[in-house]
Amino acid sequence: MPIAIKVEEISKAYQLGEFSSGTLSRDLERWWALYRGREDPFLAVGETNDRSQKGKSDIVWSLKDLNFEIHQGDAVGIIGKNGAGKSTLLKVLSQVTAPTTGKIKVKGRIASLLEVGTGFHPELTGRENIFLNGAILGMRKNEIARKFDEIVDFSGVERYIDTPVKRYSSGMYVRLAFAVAAHLDSEILIVDEVLAVGDAEFQKKCLGKMGDVSKGQGRTVLFVSHNLASVKQLCTKGLVMRNGSLVFNGDSSNAINYYLKEEKNSIVRDLSCLKDRSGNGSVTFKEFYLENEDGDLINTILTGQTIFFCFKIETNVANSKIDLGFSIHSESDESLSVLYSSYQNILFNSFETGTRVVKCKISEFPFVEGAYSIGGRLLNNDIEADWPKDRIGEITVVKGDFYNTGNLGIKGKAQYLIKGEWLSH
Amino acid sequence: MQIDSEQWDLIIEPKNKLFDLKLKEVWRYRDLLFLFVKRDIVSFYKQTILGPIWFFIQPIFTTLVYMFVFGNLAGLSTDGLPQPLFYLAGITSWNYFADCLNKTSTVFRDNSAIFGKVYFPRIVMPLSIVISNLLRFGVQMLLLLVVVGYYLLSGLSISWDFHLLLFPVFVLAMAMQGLGLGMIISSLTTKYRDLVFLLTFGVQLLMYATTVIYPLSSLSGKLYYLVALNPMTFIIEGIRKSLLGVGVFDIYTLTYTLITSIVLFFVGLVIFNKVEKSFVDTI
Repeated sequence: MPIAIKVEEISKAYQLGEFSSGTLSRDLERWWALYRGREDPFLAVGETNDRSQKGKSDIVWSLKDLNFEIHQGDAVGIIGKNGAGKSTLLKVLSQVTAPTTGKIKVKGRIASLLEVGTGFHPELTGRENIFLNGAILGMRKNEIARKFDEIVDFSGVERYIDTPVKRYSSGMYVRLAFAVAAHLDSEILIVDEVLAVGDAEFQKKCLGKMGDVSKGQGRTVLFVSHNLASVKQLCTKGLVMRNGSLVFNGDSSNAINYYLKEEKNSIVRDLSCLKDRSGNGSVTFKEFYLENEDGDLINTILTGQTIFFCFKIETNVANSKIDLGFSIHSESDESLSVLYSSYQNILFNSFETGTRVVKCKISEFPFVEGAYSIGGRLLNNDIEADWPKDRIGEITVVKGDFYNTGNLGIKGKAQYLIKGEWLSH
Repeated sequence: MQIDSEQWDLIIEPKNKLFDLKLKEVWRYRDLLFLFVKRDIVSFYKQTILGPIWFFIQPIFTTLVYMFVFGNLAGLSTDGLPQPLFYLAGITSWNYFADCLNKTSTVFRDNSAIFGKVYFPRIVMPLSIVISNLLRFGVQMLLLLVVVGYYLLSGLSISWDFHLLLFPVFVLAMAMQGLGLGMIISSLTTKYRDLVFLLTFGVQLLMYATTVIYPLSSLSGKLYYLVALNPMTFIIEGIRKSLLGVGVFDIYTLTYTLITSIVLFFVGLVIFNKVEKSFVDTI
């Protein structure tokens, strides 16, 4: 496939703090330095964009030396934490702002959708705004006229099309705005989390439309989202960014795995420090962590993902018969599920003392997005050996493709997802 | 230059070329230009009862007030012309320049929401301002035509000659000055807001240094040259000369007008081109 976008050494510096009377003297200083052919004195001291650390200079690099290529027809998801530089990259790509250094070469027409309804004028009618908005996004007038009926149909606001949009409900406004954007006909489409609008039904429609665009029509799509499930569903390639740099470039599912691995704050929980615990201490919890199928440490998981709950335990007494149990709790500390290995007739025999790791594989993790905590308890020969009263671990769950169909189910209605086999007689 | 075997439609770089007019791109976005003009015109009188009549009301009332204050109370000369003709021609022309200047000078600030989210050649926005104001100016010129017709019927004689052909030149020069100066100011205000305050009363004061309420012929000595330095002076004089037959005009004033207009326009364009690429970061 030919290359659609080639990014070479792109960097973007931002100045922090307020622009005030200091700016003029600094600007003069910069001009003077550049005039003499010196390096810009204020860019030289730039540092990486790490929000959590207080830097020395007030210049940060939002993007630093990015290099990558995107092929025609790829649907590329860009993921990363807040402040990783995703939106800045999209802004630079869509020419809203210029890079500080570097070059981007593009083949084909770019349409960017950093926001829906850009340039809508409240006094104008829906019809007039369709034309205006379409033209702002780079469509020609006859192109819009040709698609006009389709756009109105998609938006579902036909009845109000000759009413000024200032009298629209916010939902109608967004629907109309997205409808215009969805009918853009450019070779390259850049989208920034605009799908987080409208009701569930309309969101589904939008995702479907996006899918058509990337899969059906062979156009190049760049898509920034925090919703990993829609990235997985829509995109074939993934870029992971961290602090303004590109840290992963590959398949979207690998990118998501990489990103989830990245999200570590305290991945391995040291449990020796938990003081409030009961039991005879013949077996004790040492560590708790989560692994994915590839054996990588993770902290954030997708609904529907296969994960391993891993417990490092220490046996202090020979000839132990260990029964390990754990529980999953919701944010409001409601107990959602309890599982002991003995329920499944599994006991771990230890003839000697020492440490070992017990893993429990959960295929297709069924809980919906949210924060969960884990409790643990050990029994040895049916007698309580260790029961920390505090939680031994935390999991963050994000939306995932549980059903393997791309359908995420109805948001907010369910806590726990099940899958069924459907029959009919 | 490095030889690139592939053909690229677009290369995004840190800086624009100095004199890159991007005419091709502007042409591609001509529909947008047209729609912006339409938006400006239509949204001006939406939800008003009198609608487009408002285009006439403002110059009529301003003319009446000027006739009273400057014509009757102050007794300023009107170059031998009937007061309504003299003031109306000056006011509509000046208003065109002032509107172009005022609106262009805030173009980055007013449209930062759009500019921050989507790309189109930024110059389209100031161009649309100049064009939509031109339409308004044209409509107001019809009013002047009506007043001229009235005076012709009541026996006034106006000697039209080849100067009439220069009218479009003066309008163009006025547009270039308003646009050029506006672009300079708008570019500077992205960082330094001070100019906004300067501009709001500066334009008002500048009108008194232009021959809107008095003819250049009524001045003499240093004051004459001071007012003549103002590039707008010879434009207003030239417009009066071409439409009403009275005003200071010769080949030198025309040259001065053309040179200042072209210089202002290109300086504005260069600065605008430089700023448009990353003003989003500072505004």
